[in-house]
Amino acid sequence: MKYYSYYPGCSAEATASPLGVSVAPVAKKLDMELAELEDWNCCGSTPYWSVDKLEAAAMATRNLALAEKRGFDLVTPCSNCFVILHETNNYLKKLPYFKEKVDKALAAGKMKYNGGVRVRHLAEVLYTDITPDGISAKVTKPLKGLKVGAYYGCQLVRPDGFDDPESPHSLDEIITSLGADAVNWEMKARCCGSSLVMPEQEVALGLVNKLLKNATEHGAECLITPCPLCQINLDAYQSVVNSQFKTHYNIPVLFVTQLIGVAMGIPANELALSGNIVSPMRVLAPYL
Amino acid sequence: MAETMVKDLADVSFINEVCAIPGGEAIRSCIQCGVCTGSCPTANQWDYPPRRVIAMVRAGLRDELLSSNSMWFCVSCYSCTVRCPRDIKPADIMHALEIIAIRSGKSTKRSKTPTMYRCFVDSARGNGRVYELGMMIKLFLKTNPFAALKLAPVGLGLFFHKRLPLKPSRIKGMGELKAILNKARELGGAK
Repeated sequence: MKYYSYYPGCSAEATASPLGVSVAPVAKKLDMELAELEDWNCCGSTPYWSVDKLEAAAMATRNLALAEKRGFDLVTPCSNCFVILHETNNYLKKLPYFKEKVDKALAAGKMKYNGGVRVRHLAEVLYTDITPDGISAKVTKPLKGLKVGAYYGCQLVRPDGFDDPESPHSLDEIITSLGADAVNWEMKARCCGSSLVMPEQEVALGLVNKLLKNATEHGAECLITPCPLCQINLDAYQSVVNSQFKTHYNIPVLFVTQLIGVAMGIPANELALSGNIVSPMRVLAPYL
Repeated sequence: MAETMVKDLADVSFINEVCAIPGGEAIRSCIQCGVCTGSCPTANQWDYPPRRVIAMVRAGLRDELLSSNSMWFCVSCYSCTVRCPRDIKPADIMHALEIIAIRSGKSTKRSKTPTMYRCFVDSARGNGRVYELGMMIKLFLKTNPFAALKLAPVGLGLFFHKRLPLKPSRIKGMGELKAILNKARELGGAK
């Protein structure tokens, strides 16, 4: 058994609930104990980060302080939470003047953080600690013949990720470990438009269109991603892209844990497969 | 002419302001190679693309830059950051400029991103966690209620797939979090 503290992030409870739901049964099969951080708060996130960096960092640090009490690595399945918590940790180490202010703010809430937590992305933990071989050992329904595109998005691999920031390979190896074929496509780590989809929809959807075009041209039958926002942009907005660009995409976008779960024989309802807007049931039917 | 140059050279307050925000420190090392602009997926939307943004900070063109739409198109993809040969972290510089634009009340009305960021922050401060539905509704009410109609199918799709809860999630330690955030505010931002 491997032990971690778990930080789901706000999206995993709402717009990315299929991620939140599917993490638990998969972790159990892989002998990981992901104990949810008690009373965690918003990580701060990029919007807060871009309005007031000290307040945002103080928010992030409250989570780090909660995790430090427990003493295990802090694992999050959300790419944006990962960047914010990880970067906050870096700032506290590198910038003494900043740490002093964050310490004072935290003290006002009777909390203290000593810098002892390692922040990790769930995808990195699956790749590094569990390993593709370890995942493969638990596969009961190999996804033979399924062509899967790994969509890394940005913040899993940049600015300070564990994989190649331009041409990552970790998720491709995980796909192969499930018995499926990893589709090689050029845009697997390019941007989906992120939260720009709300204020500047047309610009963001232009980027989504490029991604979906590239992935389908290379024969992907479905995509997997670790990131809540990437999943929403590619899945929930796919019909809007179709009407805006006169395209006919019908490509399911699964969270990494959902596909791993299918290959490990976990029932569809425990993986919230009905939560995906573009239904994955047609392409997954042979394996369920 | 000479007088203008001396005046511009003397105006280092803007670049100092950027340097004082975590992540903005390395801006002076920029060699204006343009890799940031070449790597940016939205650069064609920016009033001034990333390379020029950095040049403008160094030239002290504070008002022109802060009231532009430029940094609000940064999607934090960090492509510029991993490719920059001088490690100046352009994405962090864009975040710093957003902070300064909001703080000085100069953020443009032509981009809805500053309003979205504020709605997001209000939501995070209010409940300790972000309530996505509430935030989206507030954003559309503040910007363009009719745009919400266009997006209704997306919202309904999420709702019927159990991905848009109608109730916010609120942390137990709100009192403690409020105290932390109020203290941070009192300490005057990251400067």
